Parts: sequence; C-alpha cells; structure tokens
Amino acid sequence: MSGPSTYQPSHPALQWFEKRLPLIGLIHSSFIAYPTPRNLNYWWTFGGILSFMLGVQIVTGVILAMHYTPHVDHAFNSVEAIVRDVNYGWLLRYLHSNGASMFFIAVYIHMLRGLYYGSYKAPREVLWILGVIIYLLMMATGFMGYVLPWGQMSFWGATVITNLFSAIPYVGESIVTLLWGGYAVGNPTLNRFFSLHYLLPFVIAGVVVLHVWALHVVGQNNPAGVEPKTEKDMVPFTPYATIKDGFGIVCFMIFYAWFVFYIPNYLGDPDNYIQANPGVTPAHIVPEWYYLPFYAILRSIPSKLGGVIAMFSAIIVLAFLPWLDSAKTRSSKYRPLAKQFFWIFVAVCVLLGWLGGKPAEGVYIIAGRVLTFCYFAYFLIVLPILSRIETPRAVPNSIADDVLAKYGKKAGPMAPVILALVLAGGLVMGGAQNARAAEGGPTPPSLSWSFAGPFGTFDRGALQRGYKVYKEVCATCHSMNLVHFRNLADPGGPGFSAAQALAVASDIKVQDGPNDAGDMFERPGRLADKFPAPFPNENAARAANGGAYPPDLSLMAKARNYDRGFPQFIFDFFWQFQEKGPNYIDALLQGYTDPPKDFQLPQGAYYNKYFPGHAIKMPKPISDDQVTYDDGTPQKVENYAKDVATFLMWTAEPHLEARKKLGLQVMIFLIIFAFLMYFTKKKVWANAH
Amino acid sequence: MTTTSSAQHTRRDFLYVATGAVAAVGAAAAAWPLISQMNPDASTIAAGAPIEVDLTPIAEGQDIKVFWRGKPIYISHRTKKQIDDARAVPVSSLPDPQTDQARVKEGHDQWLVVIGICTHLGCIPIAHEGAYDGFFCPCHGSVYDTSGRIRQGPAPANLPIPPYAFVSDSKIKIG
Ligand code: FES
Repeated sequence: MSGPSTYQPSHPALQWFEKRLPLIGLIHSSFIAYPTPRNLNYWWTFGGILSFMLGVQIVTGVILAMHYTPHVDHAFNSVEAIVRDVNYGWLLRYLHSNGASMFFIAVYIHMLRGLYYGSYKAPREVLWILGVIIYLLMMATGFMGYVLPWGQMSFWGATVITNLFSAIPYVGESIVTLLWGGYAVGNPTLNRFFSLHYLLPFVIAGVVVLHVWALHVVGQNNPAGVEPKTEKDMVPFTPYATIKDGFGIVCFMIFYAWFVFYIPNYLGDPDNYIQANPGVTPAHIVPEWYYLPFYAILRSIPSKLGGVIAMFSAIIVLAFLPWLDSAKTRSSKYRPLAKQFFWIFVAVCVLLGWLGGKPAEGVYIIAGRVLTFCYFAYFLIVLPILSRIETPRAVPNSIADDVLAKYGKKAGPMAPVILALVLAGGLVMGGAQNARAAEGGPTPPSLSWSFAGPFGTFDRGALQRGYKVYKEVCATCHSMNLVHFRNLADPGGPGFSAAQALAVASDIKVQDGPNDAGDMFERPGRLADKFPAPFPNENAARAANGGAYPPDLSLMAKARNYDRGFPQFIFDFFWQFQEKGPNYIDALLQGYTDPPKDFQLPQGAYYNKYFPGHAIKMPKPISDDQVTYDDGTPQKVENYAKDVATFLMWTAEPHLEARKKLGLQVMIFLIIFAFLMYFTKKKVWANAH
Repeated sequence: MTTTSSAQHTRRDFLYVATGAVAAVGAAAAAWPLISQMNPDASTIAAGAPIEVDLTPIAEGQDIKVFWRGKPIYISHRTKKQIDDARAVPVSSLPDPQTDQARVKEGHDQWLVVIGICTHLGCIPIAHEGAYDGFFCPCHGSVYDTSGRIRQGPAPANLPIPPYAFVSDSKIKIG
C-alpha cells in the first residue's frame, strides 16, 4: 500500500480499469508482491487467523441477525428457535458464539507476540496503537453480543458493566441512564446493543484496514527484530506468507471445530440458558473468560471509582508501551532479563484471569491486589528500568543471517506450539468454570451416557422411557415451552413416527381462538403445537406448588451445572465432557435423604444432598414402580432418573446427534486438508531456504 | 536428469492441484449451511400443515377467502348460471385452455377453490368483478372468468388450484 504500484495488468481491459481505479494494483502490491521477512515464525500467522475470524464472525453474525428478534419478550426464544428450527441454525450459532472466544484467543496471542518481539517499537508505534483501538472495539462488541441472547448472565452482565460508568463523579448516574435508555436495563438497552453489535464489527474492519495499511508502510517486524537490509532478507507475500498463513488457519480451524462440534457450551455460562429475570440475580456474576483478568483488577481495588480507573488503565497502558520500553533491542530473544519478565507477566495475566472467576473473598482478594500490582509494575516499573540497565545479547546482522543460524538447528515443529496453546487456553477458560465455587455440597457422580463422546448418540429406548416419565410425573407441574409435538418425530429424537407424535398431540386439549364468533375454544393438539403448561398462568402454578414456581424443563440440562474443580475441567476439554446437566438432574432426583441432625430445614422444604443449599421446595417427585415400563427395564427411581435426564438432554439439545455426526466429517476433512497444506507449504518454502 | 526433474514437477503439481481441489470442496461445503439457512425453518414448515374448511356457511353465489401457507385461497359457491357460463365457452378460444370440469372436483361442481394470486405479477384479484363475473385484478387489469381462467389482460395462465380434497360433502381439506 506504500506508494504507487508498479503492477501492470496484461489484459487490455484490466489495464483500462487499472488506469481509472488502481484496485488490482493495490491488492497485488499488498497481498502478492508485498515483501515479508523470511524468518517469520508461526506466531506471525495469528494476524491471518484474526482476519479469518473477523470474516467468520461477520458472515455468521449477519446470518444470525436474519433470524434474531431484538425484543426483551422474544430475544431468548428467537435464539432458541434459531438453534432448534432454522436449517443449520445450531451450527451458525455455535460458530458465532465460540468464534468470539477463538477471536480473543487469537488476539491475545497476537498481542503477546507483539510484546515479546517488541513489535510496538519505532517505527511501528501507530500500528501498535491502532491495534489497541481494535482490541477496545472488540471488547465492546463482544460484551454487547453476549447481552443479545437475553439470558440471566446477559442481563446481569449488562447491568453490572453499564453500572461501571456510575463511578464517574457527578455525571455517572446520568450517563448510566443514557446508556440504558430507561431506569434499568430493558428493551431500549437490548435494542441499541443489537444495533451497535451489528455496527461495530464494520468499524473494526475499518480500523483493521488502517492497521494493515500502517503495517505495509513500515513493514513487518520479525523474530530477530532487525530491519531488512537486502533483497535476500525478504520473500514475496504470495505464495510464501499466503501458504504459511493458510496452513496456520487450517490448524486453528481444527482447534475451533473441536469446540463447535464437541464442547460448544464449554466456554459459556449455564446461567445464560435461563431467560433473563430482572427480579433474581445469579449467585455469581462472571464475565466471559476473555475479560476475566480485567474483572479481577476491577474487583481488587477497594474503591468503586478506583476499580474502574484501574480496569480501564490496564488496557490504556498498552498504548503507551512504545514509550515505556525504550530499549534499543527489539526482540526479547536477545534480552535475557526482558524474556524472563515477559513470561512472568504472562503468568500474572493467566492467574488474574483465574482469580476473576473466583468469588471475591478471603485470600483471593489479597492475591488479586498483589497480581494487579505486578501487572502494572511490568509496564510502569520493570520495562522502563530494564531498558536502562539490561545488556542485550548481540542481534544477528541481518534477517538472512538469522535464517541461516536457525536453519542449522532444525526449526521446532508445530505440535508443541499447539499443545502450549491448548494448555494455556484451557487454564484461562477453566477459570470461568470455577465461578460457582462457594455453592458447596457433594459433587454428583458422573454417569456413563450413551450420548457422551465424539460418537455418542441418544439411546432411543431411554428417550422413549424418559418421555413417559416426563409425561406422567414431571408434566403435572412443569412446562416445556420450547418443545413441539412434531419434535418427537424429528431425526435424532425419541424416534416416534409422525402418526405416533400426532396421536400424542391429539390426546391433549389446546386452548385456541378466537374463532369467527370471537370465542375461545378447545381443540385437539396438532403437531405444530408446543407441549402446554399444566397451569393456566404463573400464579396458578405457584398456588399449586406452595408458592414455588416450577421452572420450564426445555433447557434444564443446559442450564444446570456443578463445580468440576481443578484439574477436572482441563480433562473435560480433552474428554469432551459435557454431561454436567444430566448428571446433575439424575443426582438431584435421587438425592432426597433425611436431613443431618444439625441441619435447620425451612418450613415446606425438603432435604436434598445435591441441591445447592440442600433445602428444595420440590418434594421427592418419583418413587419405585410409579411409572410402568413395557420393555422390562427395572421400574426403579435410579432408572427413572437416568431416563428422564436423557430425555431432558435431548429437549435441551435436539440436534446433538447431527452436531457430532457433522463434526466427525469436518474433522476428517480438516485433518486431510491440514496435511496437504503442510506439504504444499514445505514444497513452496523449499526454494526459500 | 531430465526425467527426474519432470517427475518431480508432476509430483509437485499434483500436490498443488490436490490442495487447491480440497480447498475448493471445503469452501463449497462451508457455503451450503450459509445458504440452506434461508429456506423455511422447521416451525414454518410445521405451520404449513393442511387445514380443514367447513363449507356450510357459504351461501350460493358467495365466496370466502382463507389463508394457507401465507397464500389467500378463494372458495366460491357458484350459481347454476356461473357454472353454465364457464362451461359454454369453447375451450380452444382460451389463452390457457382448460375445461371447467378439470378445475373442480367431480360431483362438487358448484365449488371452485383457487389460489387467489394473479398469475401476472402476484397481486390479489377481486372476486365477482370484471366482464365475466369471475375475478378482476386491479393491478394491470387481468380478467378471470367464473372458473378462474384468464380471459383478458396480461396474465399468462389460469388461477392455480391448490391441492385439496373433500373430506365430506361440506368439508374440504386444503394441503
Ligand atoms: S398482477 Fe394482476 S394484472 Fe398484473
């Protein structure tokens, strides 16, 4: 992008166009002829990965917006309708929601790479500051996107984050009201968040263009941190960088697909599968994992205004990095002390992230303060001092020398890089899973489920028996608002025929109307009807259940979880464990016992060892021989619980089988593709070494 | 010497072509869900299930409009004169030749069931209007007769008949 292009198209028509708008020349000089340093390592492919992820997020986001309704009454259900009814809607939603996490993983690696190799140093200060702006925009976009599904975490996250602005002296309250467009987070808030969530990615794309432009003016930094001197130092962008970035992207896609197809809810909070309720706050409000370090900084300062200032400064300080670190040597490879402090800084960030997921109490608060100090000390004390006292090692004379030196000792393969990536990622993300630490109680036993693992499918018999238990026991109190009679005949479900599903439907009387005469009437259920609630309205349901409102069961298996603890959640990533919900349901149904002697059971409650707090309003719902099984399965509570938990897992995720099946195909494809890309890359680079 | 280098050439070309081909297949496969999501979703399809319509309230010479799959459907209870008018026309003189008998169910000649969407550009014609006492489309002046057949104007075809059947003498099921 620097200076006029020397590119001359060969075809006369293209020449004609080029004279009038030198677009092809621009593309040619930016992405084909553009010289890149020969010694770039794979940390540099995260720039390409980020462009790819921005594209994925924009494409899937535009599509999701075609099906989403930004209204407080419909937002939650419209997201569920996308997942359940839209063709491949589950895929698009999971691509988008996990895509946000992938985007942040990539941007953190990209930023740390810049930090390690001194990519912010002259002449790349503006390039770096543009990057900080992109990061801020990403944070705003990610936050507003998280609000849109209008779950409990969305609502309360929005409340907590917007309230940060109330810390501003004098005008804080007015600013918060301005952000909300009301007296609390509500429909106007959701509407404007949707509008901005749609707008900001295009603003990001615009700043990315500036970022790339700046990059192409000053040229890329490289692991040696020396500026290119001769032709020998560089290779043209295409095919060299193109193929290398391509290979990096495919490897990253494998990692991404692992989440999308096998553990799509691993990074999400189960509370967000409960519709927003302005009257009840979840036990712990936790942001998405990528904000956790900043959340920890916010909470470690005992004053409201101070915390907010510290949190924002933690990001703003990055913009001043080029002036805080005035060392002449760029790359930490040649700075023995800076290298060590860099890794300490990475550890500080990971630990801050882990603390952000812990409740703010006791030793966590002290640790948070120490680490917050360390975070700022790195930028404000360590780097300025190091740049004065450190004696760096000799840097190579040129990029070509660096390549020759490295070529002797065999470049490290990709595997350790990916492994490090996964482990670091797993540790940070796992932090979020721990947020419920204070709830206590024994951990429900982990059962073996037929739908577990990459090849898992539902046990049809269990689904059918589970449906029977649901119908005869659960349905007397609970509704199932997101499931339709037609779903019983859907592929991947209990395997009813359309006629059987219709028979189930027509057994049930549905309120309909008004008809031509203006009257309400009852008619037999149809396939398109939902499972009706057993009570005409919420108050009737409360009255019949001693004041407790029986929750809807459609999403129960996704909305419940329990603490898995360290290091379990890291194994969960590799084992693709996602059976927290069904395990919990099964345990809860069997967890009724007599209270221990010193336990004060409140009036009208029952003791359950797996229920948080142990006092549950629901009496033991099921006992042996209550439901008749025709297939010889023992009629025991144990079996009932397992079957109904299986059934509820299916109602919570009706496309589970389709997801795993497509996942297998995608994985096989990506692995083959990655191999092909690797060998092609080797062939292409063979003449460059 | 020459043979070796040309053999290497082929092997490298094969690798490039294979990688490119796999990339193209992947891109095409990835595009499929992005396009497929635009098709009607499961709830829309379920809502398009057949409907039953009771004919008893429709007096002779009257008609009603019902909706099925978002489309207006005219059900007319035709008079003897309307039927005779429709049958008197020589079929060969029609722009879209079709007998009246082919457009109604046998034994239920008085009932005309048509999709009320003009075959020109999709407006909704008005019943009991126009020179033939059939349908008249106000948009660009297409005129249909009492059998819903096009007689004048720019529309190229007769009003389409939806799939329907008589459940009993006074009840039909559309869809
Ligand atoms: S749409 Fe009916 S005449 Fe043109």
